[in-house]
Amino acid sequence: MRSKLLLICLFIFAQNSFSAAKIETWNTDKGSRVYYVHTRGLPMVDIQVVFAAGSAYDGKQFGVSELTSSMLETGAGNWNADEIAQRFENVGAQFAVGSSVDRAWLSLRTLTKPELFNEALITMQTILTSPTFNQHDFDREKNRTLAGLKHREESPGAQASIAFNKALYGDHPYAHPGTGFIETVQKFGVEDLRNFYQQYYVAANAMVVIVGDLTQQQAKETAKTLLKDLPVGTTPEPPPPVLMPAKGKYQHIEFESTQTHVLSGLPGMHRKDQDYFPLYVGNHILGGSGLVSKLFKEIREKRGLAYSANSYFLPYYRKGPFRMSLQTRNDQAPKALEVLNQTIRDYVKQGPTEQELIAAKKNIKGGFVMRFDTNSKLTSYVSMIGFYQLPLDYLETFPEKVDAVTVESIRDAFQRRIKPELLQTIAVGKSEK
Amino acid sequence: MKLQRFIILLLMFPVFSQAADVKVQERILNNGLKVLVKEDHRSPVVVTQVWYKVGSSYEPGGITGISHMLEHMMFKGTDKHPVGEFSRIIAENGGNENAFTGRDYTAYFQTLEKSRLPISFELEADRMRNLHLLESELVKELQVVTEERRMRTDDKPRAKLQEHFSAMAYLNSPYKNPVIGWPADIAAYTIKDLQQWYERWYAPNNATVVVVGDVVPKEVFKLAEKYFGPLKPSELDPVKPQTEVKQLGVKKMTIKLPAKLPYILMGYKVPVLTTAENEWEAYALEVLAGILDGGNSARLQSQLVRGQQIAVAAGAGYNLTTRLSNLFMLDATPAKGKTVQDMEVALKQQIDKLKTEKVTSEELARIKAQVLSGAIYERDSNFYQAMQLGMYETVGLGWQKVDEYVNKVNQITAEQVQQVASKYLIDDRLSIAYLDPQPMKKNQINKTMTGGRHAQ
Repeated sequence: MRSKLLLICLFIFAQNSFSAAKIETWNTDKGSRVYYVHTRGLPMVDIQVVFAAGSAYDGKQFGVSELTSSMLETGAGNWNADEIAQRFENVGAQFAVGSSVDRAWLSLRTLTKPELFNEALITMQTILTSPTFNQHDFDREKNRTLAGLKHREESPGAQASIAFNKALYGDHPYAHPGTGFIETVQKFGVEDLRNFYQQYYVAANAMVVIVGDLTQQQAKETAKTLLKDLPVGTTPEPPPPVLMPAKGKYQHIEFESTQTHVLSGLPGMHRKDQDYFPLYVGNHILGGSGLVSKLFKEIREKRGLAYSANSYFLPYYRKGPFRMSLQTRNDQAPKALEVLNQTIRDYVKQGPTEQELIAAKKNIKGGFVMRFDTNSKLTSYVSMIGFYQLPLDYLETFPEKVDAVTVESIRDAFQRRIKPELLQTIAVGKSEK
Repeated sequence: MKLQRFIILLLMFPVFSQAADVKVQERILNNGLKVLVKEDHRSPVVVTQVWYKVGSSYEPGGITGISHMLEHMMFKGTDKHPVGEFSRIIAENGGNENAFTGRDYTAYFQTLEKSRLPISFELEADRMRNLHLLESELVKELQVVTEERRMRTDDKPRAKLQEHFSAMAYLNSPYKNPVIGWPADIAAYTIKDLQQWYERWYAPNNATVVVVGDVVPKEVFKLAEKYFGPLKPSELDPVKPQTEVKQLGVKKMTIKLPAKLPYILMGYKVPVLTTAENEWEAYALEVLAGILDGGNSARLQSQLVRGQQIAVAAGAGYNLTTRLSNLFMLDATPAKGKTVQDMEVALKQQIDKLKTEKVTSEELARIKAQVLSGAIYERDSNFYQAMQLGMYETVGLGWQKVDEYVNKVNQITAEQVQQVASKYLIDDRLSIAYLDPQPMKKNQINKTMTGGRHAQ
């Protein structure tokens, strides 16, 4: 009997959650936005506190956002790193900090049983509002970061990414890698991190995401508790608009590797871009759909030139990169690049076929529910929707917007946005002489 | 005291009382195919995984990596569905798909909206018995796999070290060979090799189909009968034991490669669930790995990276679900001014401490708390749940063992941890590889064309 009841409940839940992953939102009294989704079925919750404080806010101190973020859990309140880690692990909670291009965040996954939940929440709140930034921890974390940057030099793929973003973005804050460079990180002092924290980790710049089995009332209290001691501060200026490269560029970087890593692209689109859907669906056909995309077929299936060949748009607050990539044996790099160029030139000129578009729509719409079928995936979506202030019905309206895309709208958007003659191309590998 | 209370609270979750637990349903078809179904109705989706009991540890010399090569060729068409069709059909139905090969398994998966389950069954059943292995496709796919090897191993100093390390640590166990295969073997595969490998291992009585998602088990079994039922079983020769011989002393090697940082990798030969004299030994080793590296509070982070600050990174790992005995691994990257020898001393001190002192009750409780909560978090992912069932079944443990994990770990005592440390983490079982970084050539930039920028 009891199990039958449970089944009925689960059934109703499934119906609800997928006709609408119902996002509720409100502002705290200090002006932070809160986004909340009640999911049932598991006694757990995912919580994020997000700031506009990613590497785009580094200024000239490339790497300061990321190092600031990683310092947070090394000491807070009266606790050192061991005590912090123990407090989370004692209650089976999982805590992490992170930083990407636009965003920096603290995230917590915890069980909802009050005693366990409260312990984890108080620990997170302390890290958020009272990190200690002590010199000893700073020296260690800085050394570890510097070692990581040295290790990065072993990777041809990482070298290619750095050169690619520089080619696309020049002096724009999107140009440098989030971990920075040895030369920039070496100059940091602990006060630089404290300053960064004080400027950006403030209520006016904060957003809270709560997805899990908490009631709305519990979610409200959670957000309030988390942010209660955070100063209001100010919202930072967002990164400036991106300038498009005026000319195409090809750059080869010599590297002792067996493969050449090829990246080619341009600044692409931003999160609220007018062309978002034609570009998204268009790219899905070009290189975004795994084993059935054009690039995969041309480069791997027909010619065996590479293991992976793909393309994607990474939408940021400003235009994020449109990036095509492959890796191939050094002596084949010119041939592979020629195939890549031919494929993108033809695609921009002709657009997809009607049949390709129908297949892409079927794939995107048919697999739509799988984009947020776990608590963690749903949390990522809600966080993205909240941070970029997209409409709350973004998920529900996604399929119909995909449906509205036509062959013509894809061709038009690609012709305006992806001009093959402007492509920035980086090849890192050993040149055959 | 407080910690004990947290553990009690964790143990009270319904997920650990058998009554409320979602049961896995099993059905074995007449042709020997095992079908496992686990219901999860949180989302209208379904994961299908087809696991074959074959992987690199089944391969004789000369054709290492052939299981992985065959995995690639499984996307190259059948009589009914020519090359490209499989992926096209799955894509049109909104599915995600791919495959993976390990030492003990080759597995294929699709994730689909729940009503599309018959589509994946139809396609998987078809390629289980009717694969077309064409010379023209092999020629291209050989290139692809060679590129994959370059990307995963050849251009990564630590991956290469790992490969040489395994080849040294194991004397006769097939775990000495890389999953992707040695380069000379990859270059020499023939269609005949692949055909034989396919015919030998791809049969319903050597496979497990795992389905997790918003499904009704009875209906899944009916579908399985319809699509997989007609397939003929094979006569399977049992795989040879190839049990690793006893090691007679510590083994060491130095790997010289262009690199920027030194690195050390250590491994002790240890039993796993399938091979342990006493099953608890494997669970005790699992707890021991947690004591060293289970979270940010664990010993290696706390003592080597933070306390002594002699390593910029240090880790420990153990996988108890393999078919054959395995290695308990440790690795470290020295901090500036420290050497790999310093790392070796420090890691061995950590091991010695586990032998001479019992782990504290707090540490033990913390590991258990993480295991208990982890068991709930894992349920967030159908894919992960299916992975576990498929893995346990395929390495010979049986899927029923998945449910035992939490309780068995929970029963491990400090004395047992000490016992396995003393018994297994000894020099006569140890292998060590040091990465000795050689200078890297300075990167040169050759620009052929550059341009300015303008506002848009």
